[in-house]
Amino acid sequence: MSGLPTYHALKVDAVKCIGCTHCMKSCPTEAIRVIDGLAVIDHERCVYCGQCHRACPTRAFYVEQDDLEMIRSFKYRVILFPSIMIGQFPEKYSEDQIYAGLKKVGFTHVYEVEQPMQVLIDSVHEVLEDQETHKPAISIYCPAIVRLIQGRYPSLTENLILRKAPHNLAAHFAIEQLIEEGARREEIGLFYATPCIAKIAAVKSPVGERESIVDGVVNMNQLYNEVMKVIADGDAEDNSIQRENLSAEGITWSLTRGESCHFGSRSIAIDGIHNAVRFLERLENDQVHGIDFIEMRACDQSCAGGILLTGNRFMTVERLERRAKRYPAAKDIAQTTIRVDTEELKQKLILDPIKPKPHFIFGKDRVKAMEKMNKAQRIVCFLPGIDCGSCGAPNCHALAEDMVNNKAKMSDCIYLQQMWVDEGRIKAEKAFLNVQKKWGTDRFKADCNKRGRRNEGF
Amino acid sequence: MDPETQSMKLTFNIHGGDFTHAGQPSSEVKKVLKQLGIDGKTIKGIVIALYEAEVNVVAHAWKGTVEVEIDESKITIIVRDEGPGIPDIELAMQAGYSTASKKVREMGFGAGMGLPNMKKNTDELIIESEVDKGTTVKMINYFL
Ligand SMILES: Nc1ncnc2c1ncn2[C@@H]1O[C@H](COP(=O)(O)OP(=O)(O)OP(=O)(O)O)[C@@H](O)[C@H]1O
Ligand code: SF4
Ligand SMILES: [Mg+2]
Repeated sequence: MSGLPTYHALKVDAVKCIGCTHCMKSCPTEAIRVIDGLAVIDHERCVYCGQCHRACPTRAFYVEQDDLEMIRSFKYRVILFPSIMIGQFPEKYSEDQIYAGLKKVGFTHVYEVEQPMQVLIDSVHEVLEDQETHKPAISIYCPAIVRLIQGRYPSLTENLILRKAPHNLAAHFAIEQLIEEGARREEIGLFYATPCIAKIAAVKSPVGERESIVDGVVNMNQLYNEVMKVIADGDAEDNSIQRENLSAEGITWSLTRGESCHFGSRSIAIDGIHNAVRFLERLENDQVHGIDFIEMRACDQSCAGGILLTGNRFMTVERLERRAKRYPAAKDIAQTTIRVDTEELKQKLILDPIKPKPHFIFGKDRVKAMEKMNKAQRIVCFLPGIDCGSCGAPNCHALAEDMVNNKAKMSDCIYLQQMWVDEGRIKAEKAFLNVQKKWGTDRFKADCNKRGRRNEGF
Repeated sequence: MDPETQSMKLTFNIHGGDFTHAGQPSSEVKKVLKQLGIDGKTIKGIVIALYEAEVNVVAHAWKGTVEVEIDESKITIIVRDEGPGIPDIELAMQAGYSTASKKVREMGFGAGMGLPNMKKNTDELIIESEVDKGTTVKMINYFL
C-alpha cells in the first residue's frame, strides 16, 4: 500500500466556528467532537464525505488547496477535471469558450477526466468476469466510500474493484499523448480540479497506488471563479480535438447510475452517505443476494452534489444528461482516434489490494476491550438518552465510549451535572464553570447576533 | 479480576410475524464484535447464523428472546421461542425442507436453507424443541 501520509485537506476555522454541534450530529462516523467550544475532527475516523461542511451554518469548514501559481513551473500545464465542471457554467457559454477560459487561466492542455472511457469500462468488465471476484463487486469510484468501507466495514474491502478512477485514466492518457507529441515527462505538470475533499485525499495520498500521479489540486469552485473572471462571449478557438475521446458514457459517469448502468446483469446505484451506511450494513450481514455490481457515492446526486461545486445539483444533472446526447458512445470512438496503446493504459489502471483499516476497535487486548465496553454500557445506564450533544459528543453512547477511553468525564453530561447539583454533590458555581470550560466563557452572554436570532431557520 | 467483567451479555426480544425488524439483534451483535476486533470472517458466520435463527422465530414461532454471552474465546447465543416447536428436528435440518406458509415464501423466505446455514456457520449448534411449546437454539462460535 501507499507509504504516503494521509492528506487532510479539511480544516476548521477557529474564528468562524461557533461550536453549534450541527457538524458533529451530521457525521456518519462520529468523527467530530466539540472541544473548548470548537469542532475538532478525528482524522483517523473521517472519511471526507463533506457532511460537516454542508451542515455548518457559519462556513467554518474550509478546504485547503494548492496555490494556482505553482503551475507556472511546468512547460506543459494540464488541467484535468471531471465533466460535471462543464455543467457548472451558465448555459450561454459554449464548451469552447470554457476551454478557452481555462487556457487563459494558464493551462496549456485541457482534459476532461472521463476519457477514453471504453478502456476503463473494459477493464472493469474483466474484473467482473473473473471467477475470483467477490460479488457484489463494489466500485472504488468515490474515495469517501472506500474509506468508509475500510474503516467501518473492513470485511467488505475484498469486494472493492481494484481498478483506478477516471482521474488516473485521464492522467495516464494525457501523459502518453503529450509524450507522443514530443514532451518530456518532467516538463508535464498535471493539475486536478476536484469536486470534493474525498478526491483531494485520494489524489494526494491514494489508496492502493504507490504514488500520486498529479502535481497539484485545485478546488473546482475556485477554478470556476478564476475562469469566470476571464471567460469571453465572443468566438473561441476550436478546441474540439481535446474532446475527441469524450463519450456519452464519460460525461454521465460521475452521475448516479452513471457507472452501474454498464455493469453486471443486476446492479444497484446508491447515493448519499447515510444511504450507503444503511446498505453496507445489510451487505455486511449477508442480506443482499443476487447483485453483481454496486455503484456507491457519498453525495446526494453523486458528484453533481460535491461540496466544491457551484451549481444546483439537479440542474447540473440535467445539463450533463443533455450534453451527453451530443456525444458518441464510448465503443464508437475508434482506436485510431485514441492514439495511444490502450492495452498498456489498461495495465496502468490496476490497483494494489486495498487493506481494511478498522477504526472502531476498543484496543488490541480482547479482555481489556470487553472490560471497557462493559463499563461503557454501565455508564450509558446513567445518561439520559437525549442525545443532545451538549457534552460535546454526538450522542450519549459516544460520550460513554469517550469516557472509557479517558477522553471525557461524567460531568460533561449537563443533565447528570444538574442532578448532582440538585443532590448537593457539587456546587452550582462549579457546575457552571464546567459548562463554560466546554463551551467558552462568552457562550452564555446575551448576544442579539447569535444564530437563531435572525430567523435563519426553515 | 472480577469475573463479571470477563464476559459481556446482551439480550433482545423478537416478535413473531415482524419481518421488518428482524436483523436488529444480529446487527447489534456485529457492532460489538467489530469493536472487540474479532476478525471479519468469524463475525460474518455468527451474524448469518443469528439472522437465520431470528427469522425462524419471526416466521415460525410467536415470540422469542436472544441471549448473547461473549467471553475471551467464544460467543454463545441462545435463541428461545414460544411457538409450535419442531416435531422432527432431523428432518427440519435437511436442506430444502420447509413448512413456511405461502405468505412467508412471498417475502423471500422459506427456501428451507436456514437451519443448514446455521449448521454451516457455527462451531456448535444444539436444538431442543417441544411441540406446541417452543424451540431453543444454542449456537457457539470460537474466536481465532
Ligand atoms: N423456531 C422454529 N419454530 C418452529 N418451527 C421451526 C423453527 N425453526 C425452524 N422450524 C421448522 O424447520 C423448517 C426448516 O427451517 P429452515 O430455517 O431450514 O427453513 P425455512 O425457515 O423454512 O426457510 P428459510 O430459512 O430458507 O427461509 C421450517 O420450515 C419450520 O418447519
Ligand atoms: S460522490 Fe463524487 S463528489 Fe461526492 S465525495 Fe464521492 S467522489 Fe466526491
Ligand atoms: Mg428459516
